[in-house]
Amino acid sequence: MNTFDYVRPSTVPDAVAAAAAPGSAYLASGTNLLDLMKVGVARPDRLVDITHIAGLDRIERLPDGGLRIGALVRNADLAHDPDFARSYPAVAEALLSGASAQLRNAATIGGNLLQRPRCAYFYDPFSACNKRAPGSGCDALHGENRLHAVLGWSPSCIAVHPSDFCVPLIALDAFVEIEGRNGRREISLDALHLLPGDTPERETALEPGDLIVALRLPARAAVFAGHARYLKLRERTSYAFAVVSAAAALEMEDGAIRQARLALGGVAAKPWRARAAEESLAGERPGEAIFRRAAEAALADAKPSGDNAFKIELARRIVVRALALAAAGTPARLPALPGSPFSSAPGALHDA
Amino acid sequence: MTLEILPQASPHIRHGSNIGQPLTRRDGVLKVTGRARYAADNHPPGMLYAVLAVSSIARGRVKSLNVEAAKSHKGVVDVMTSVNRPKLAQDPDEKSNPFMFRLDLLQNDRVRYANQPIAVVIAESLEAATEGAALLAPQYEAEPARVGLDGAESFVPPGVGVGGPAEIRKGDVEAGLDAATKRIDATYETPSQYHNAMEPHAIVAAWDGDRLSIDTPSQGLAMARGRIAGLFGLSPENIHIRSPFLGGGFGSKGLISGPQILGVLAAKLVGRPVKLVLRRDQMYGPVGHRPPTRQRLRIGVDGEGRLTALDHRAKTASSTFDDFFEAAADISHTLYASPAIATSHEAVRIDIGTPLFMRAPGEATGSIALESAIDEAAAACGLDPLAFRVRNYAEVEPISGKPFSSKALRECYAQGAERFGWARRPLAPRQMRDKDGFLVGWGVGTATFPALMFHAEARAIIRRDGTGLVESGAHDMGQGAWTALAQIAADGLALDLDQIEFRAGSSDLPDAGIAGGSAHTATAGMAIHSAGADAIAKLAELATRDERSPLYGAGNAGLVARNGRLRRRDDESRSESYAEILARAGLGEIEGRGASAADPAAQSTYAMHAHGAVFAEVKVDPDLGQIRATRLVGAFAAGRVINPRLVRSQYHGGMIWGVSFALNEQAIIDRRSGRVMNADLAEYHVPVNADIVSIEALLVHEDDPYVNALGVKGVGEIGVTGAAGAVANAVWHATGMRVRRFPIKLEDVLTPAG
Repeated sequence: MNTFDYVRPSTVPDAVAAAAAPGSAYLASGTNLLDLMKVGVARPDRLVDITHIAGLDRIERLPDGGLRIGALVRNADLAHDPDFARSYPAVAEALLSGASAQLRNAATIGGNLLQRPRCAYFYDPFSACNKRAPGSGCDALHGENRLHAVLGWSPSCIAVHPSDFCVPLIALDAFVEIEGRNGRREISLDALHLLPGDTPERETALEPGDLIVALRLPARAAVFAGHARYLKLRERTSYAFAVVSAAAALEMEDGAIRQARLALGGVAAKPWRARAAEESLAGERPGEAIFRRAAEAALADAKPSGDNAFKIELARRIVVRALALAAAGTPARLPALPGSPFSSAPGALHDA
Repeated sequence: MTLEILPQASPHIRHGSNIGQPLTRRDGVLKVTGRARYAADNHPPGMLYAVLAVSSIARGRVKSLNVEAAKSHKGVVDVMTSVNRPKLAQDPDEKSNPFMFRLDLLQNDRVRYANQPIAVVIAESLEAATEGAALLAPQYEAEPARVGLDGAESFVPPGVGVGGPAEIRKGDVEAGLDAATKRIDATYETPSQYHNAMEPHAIVAAWDGDRLSIDTPSQGLAMARGRIAGLFGLSPENIHIRSPFLGGGFGSKGLISGPQILGVLAAKLVGRPVKLVLRRDQMYGPVGHRPPTRQRLRIGVDGEGRLTALDHRAKTASSTFDDFFEAAADISHTLYASPAIATSHEAVRIDIGTPLFMRAPGEATGSIALESAIDEAAAACGLDPLAFRVRNYAEVEPISGKPFSSKALRECYAQGAERFGWARRPLAPRQMRDKDGFLVGWGVGTATFPALMFHAEARAIIRRDGTGLVESGAHDMGQGAWTALAQIAADGLALDLDQIEFRAGSSDLPDAGIAGGSAHTATAGMAIHSAGADAIAKLAELATRDERSPLYGAGNAGLVARNGRLRRRDDESRSESYAEILARAGLGEIEGRGASAADPAAQSTYAMHAHGAVFAEVKVDPDLGQIRATRLVGAFAAGRVINPRLVRSQYHGGMIWGVSFALNEQAIIDRRSGRVMNADLAEYHVPVNADIVSIEALLVHEDDPYVNALGVKGVGEIGVTGAAGAVANAVWHATGMRVRRFPIKLEDVLTPAG
């Protein structure tokens, strides 16, 4: 068999020390890493199993009103935490729209942030992939790329970030706590994921040994709780990655939008925050025309990377819909089909 | 093989015959408690693990394999390549009958499709074998792959399906089209689909001298045994194959595949038992698949809404080295009356594994195109698509003019429509919305599948204690053969199900034919029932000739068997139990034999098909294109129903595959390399539970005195037909957009921006 070291530290500093060596990889539930190892895309020399480190599986309310989520909290546990779901409903909806129930029960928050792209050419050791083998080329570029990126891509890589969870998180200014060789630091989630540029092999701002120990949501993110939705288009009703997705969150005041948050999934190598669109919404009354204007702003720089031009218009439309759903108000209960257009509550706009 | 651990006492209360009872699967508890032993669960002492190395190119040759690196890996016992593969008695490329398909058994260094086996690594552990296979690091001399339906020169194949002619015509299609007042000329495309049974192909093989013991899933034990016997030069009696359970077959386990034979070869090479299980992605090549098609349909309709011509031309793909041609156009032979019908096939040879049987091969592929085209014709005439189908109802089989042995399709249309609420359907598309504003559409499709019979044999024994033992090497792919065939066996012996032991799933039992063509219940069932009748006839002979018996002198015709007793037909108070008759005769048991085969006289006189009507509702998000099949109602008439619970389950599964065909399923093939890029269950999409909202199957009564004495037609495949077209037609009715390339994707039904 392919042998590798397996270490199981019980403290964060031990983990960081163990993982700082080249060829190391952190292992939590392994819902992504083990797949990659099985197909030969990932061949770590050392697995650092962090699941026995105490204290990383807590959800804590911070004195400033924010929420701190340990890296080992399971997706399903977080989504079903009543306090969390009440404060950040779009995040809960995104979590429950992802993967399958079985995977959500296993997968961890930290691992979700660090999912690798699902590009078939990245997953296939026999295809050229600059991310997997820098300089080898990109077989996706002129290949089967219907679901690839329309924003932020480069000729070196057109893969998209697969996470649902990260999309509302990035809209809500989440940040991550990282423990590294030089101690603890915090960075915004928006700064964690990198666009490919000429170095698609570099997907995050993490340094060797860096361990995400927690995710934090600021207290101010809860002001959107009454008007926040996540919407995801996919090729079957469950257990499929997004064709495109959007998280929309509005703070309403006297019938007008005080501030808006908007992010897109399935369009770029990172969860895509649409700041210009957000700004265009501030102070406006919700309405189709305003939403459409925001959607145009969000996709202003989009261009197809292959057979995927349809995703640009689709992304605009999902922005409009997500904003309309958010404006209509967060449903009192999480929908039975989280993130699905078919989960919509009466009152949502469906007319073409 | 007997299902010894099955509880013999049945919790079921029986009313009348065993046939017709909605019994739950007798093997259900074993399966849900994990005690059902599937092929790969067998671990004979000393067993090694074999892992395939497969080609990552579609065409060319293997220049080199680093066998040394693999062999020096800890735990690796041996590496089998074209150099050291044990000799075979028969060339795997030899083809002496149409049911014999060429296999890739390391006969040379050629690569003729992606995922073709190029070596086998045998090791003490699965992990060592897996790593050994990776260390082979094959080097190739690659040639440009021929990919897709336009990837090579087209030709007319010598035959399609199982030996049918590639072209058939009746009447003058061009004249019919000229005479029509409305014409449809539309081209539909269906994708490559690959087998994804839950259980991948697996084999555990153990040699003992020239005897071979095998655990492997099989839909055709006798054929598998015969194929192995031929390849290895063995007597079939020296080969024992056990296949008590299959985790799904769908045609992919009908013929033994190359990888399974490689497991046998590996065991021979190392002289120890070997287990070989395909990895999910290795299913996409060497075990058959449904090939892509492009189908052009031309339909002419007169002013009365009646067909004047039906022209169905299908283009498909096969491998470069064997002949399997999906008979997609043949569905147009049987469904709709038309004075002129023409069907034809053309094909290309491209660098793929040979396509093979996949649930409703030909019928499913052709059905979605034909049902879409019929729908388009109805719309062109301004007619309701159900009324249009009824108007073009075939009273006799259109292509042959033969009467149907039975055909309750009209009742299927009526009962399905009633249940579905079809009468409320607006004629024009894009008229219905639900309360949330989603577009709603309703579609219909006609289902059909031939009622086939193959050859099978069975043995029935009445034991001294009056209980029965019935044996036939039948196959339970999950469809419920352990239960349905036991019901037939019990009725054959006129015993309660609790009173019989039923043995199946093993090659040392009488040949039960093949569990394919939706014909297993009819074929094996008839043999089983006949064997029971034969045993009872022998028993009756004993009784009526014995003057000590109350039945003495009654004659066979004067007796009836019921509940373990023979009774005089004219005086049922005069009876004797099976046990009493055997005891007086001093016999330990009495054995009957049965065989079944299609009746050539009936076949030449009648057209034999099962039929059905499937109604589908879809909802479509008008802005976002998200599609969901929200309601399915199928009404099917397939002769006598042995077990309505199991039959419904078959229909449900088929209809769900129809949804999959219309909306989900597709192998994504790289246009340059010819490799499947979504060869896993996460990306090769089939419906999940959340996709199937409401599904219902109605069993429409149908008596068929001609198909076989039991009156059984098949139910295994018909559900796929009709359903796929119904869903596609519902998408049109919801959106007004006719999508002719399947599966239908969300971008296909987006309302244009504006």
